[in-house]
Amino acid sequence: MTDKAMPNAVSHLDPETHKPYLDSNELIINMGPQHPATHGVLRVILKLDGEKVLGTECVIGYLHRGVEKIAENRTYTMFNPYVDRMDYVAAISNGLGYCLAVEKLLNVEAPPRANYIRVILTELNRIASHLLWLGTHALDIGAMTPLFYTFRDREEILKIFEKYCGARLTTHAFRIGGLQYETYAGFEKDVKNFLALLPPKIDEYEALLTGNRIWIERTKNVGVISGKDCIALGVTGPLLRASGVKWDLRKAQPYSGYSDFDFEIPIGQNGDTYDRYIVRMLEMRQSLRIIEQAVNGIPEGAIMAKVPKVIKPPVGEIYQSIEAPKGELGYFIVSDGSTQPYRVRVRPPSFVNLQALDLMVEGMLVADVVAVIGTIDIVLGEVDR
Amino acid sequence: MVEKYKRQYGSGLEALSYLGQNYLNVDRTLLPDFLRLMRNEEEFDYCVDITAVHYPKREKQFDIVWILYSFPRNERIRVKTQIKDGESIPSAVSIWPTADWLEREVYDMFGIVFEGHPNLKRILLPDGWQGYPLRKDYDILKQDKQWVQINLGIESGQ
Repeated sequence: MTDKAMPNAVSHLDPETHKPYLDSNELIINMGPQHPATHGVLRVILKLDGEKVLGTECVIGYLHRGVEKIAENRTYTMFNPYVDRMDYVAAISNGLGYCLAVEKLLNVEAPPRANYIRVILTELNRIASHLLWLGTHALDIGAMTPLFYTFRDREEILKIFEKYCGARLTTHAFRIGGLQYETYAGFEKDVKNFLALLPPKIDEYEALLTGNRIWIERTKNVGVISGKDCIALGVTGPLLRASGVKWDLRKAQPYSGYSDFDFEIPIGQNGDTYDRYIVRMLEMRQSLRIIEQAVNGIPEGAIMAKVPKVIKPPVGEIYQSIEAPKGELGYFIVSDGSTQPYRVRVRPPSFVNLQALDLMVEGMLVADVVAVIGTIDIVLGEVDR
Repeated sequence: MVEKYKRQYGSGLEALSYLGQNYLNVDRTLLPDFLRLMRNEEEFDYCVDITAVHYPKREKQFDIVWILYSFPRNERIRVKTQIKDGESIPSAVSIWPTADWLEREVYDMFGIVFEGHPNLKRILLPDGWQGYPLRKDYDILKQDKQWVQINLGIESGQ
């Protein structure tokens, strides 16, 4: 990996014959930052030989807002809404990770009722994130219909969020210590309706894609990465699982009461774009399973733990991570005993996963770069923070 | 495990725990050998994160933190070391390839140099940027006015 940093070290020679790949000159082109298939403001410098990719370099930071610096100048409570703006398609997961981290620092735990509602909303958010991924990824590859279908069904999730906390994307749904809002009247009915609605819709997406010859041609053996490389590169989430490593933080180090629920960790074998698609489809079904168990068993009781009005954790530092839709999302927080965090470090899954792009597209065609960027499932708000 | 290494390294190593999370304070001179040992002997095969914390009042101003995870043991540990301003630290890219971008971010935000890094340059901020924003003496309202003026053609927005 490391010895072929751009731009000089990439060999233009065929490793077997020691001759240039083609007689044409190498071409360096910019993809992005304004490009519909880069899912935001990602700029990829491609070193090409004809259509073949010899190497890539990602240029990121266009969306950098200095979230970690802002955190040092806000109180713990004030910083909470900011985390929603990182991975803005999975804001609830971001909020959950942050709240759990501060709760850990305060050494309090959210009450069971809050945990159940948190799990329902977080899993709904995972489905929403995967639906958005599926629609845009399929669109990148040339299938337009799934986009309309997934956005139609994602809307149902966003409606539940809006009814619960008033916002659709940057939800700020959780508070340190639990929840601010009780569920609204009809929450459980809405969630159950959604549980009945989605499975046939997933079948519908699969009917469009899973056996589709064009889809298979474009995704099978594209962007292959082995489980070993995933671990070495710190790649987590569906990418790691599609490469055959059965690892999910919800099982490995359960948080927020996930150990109460029965679910499987879907894995793939080949670590290609197709397997990652299959893994995410199965994950949505597993999320539905978790939601079903949670919504049928929401305990009665308080939704807020006993947390002081002014949050002043004792001096110390902790790391807390969760399984966000895109991989391991971690918060490393250092407290100096004041009302403001001394240092907040966010370990963003998209940022680390994006690093694998170079390995995954090497030797592939330009069109595959689009497929691989889609399959990594990045959100630039989180990459750049 | 800790006992074994304590005997080997003596006072260069200190094992601590806070709220059930273990971390090791390691002397700068033991790096990068200690990190390599953690991966090869102790199976910490996944480097979750590398980051730093700035304490301007201390003599050794920076804490460097490696957050490690072991798949075989399902265990997390943090390795910490302290360095002075201007002191460099060995790169871990040859141990965990994921360290590449993580170290670049620490360099970008704190100005800490990782020796032996293959491509150490700014990652989130533009190349010509002055200053290191996550240092405590870099005020939140401060920015590289010159860069903004030259590249964006506007007066500072702050």
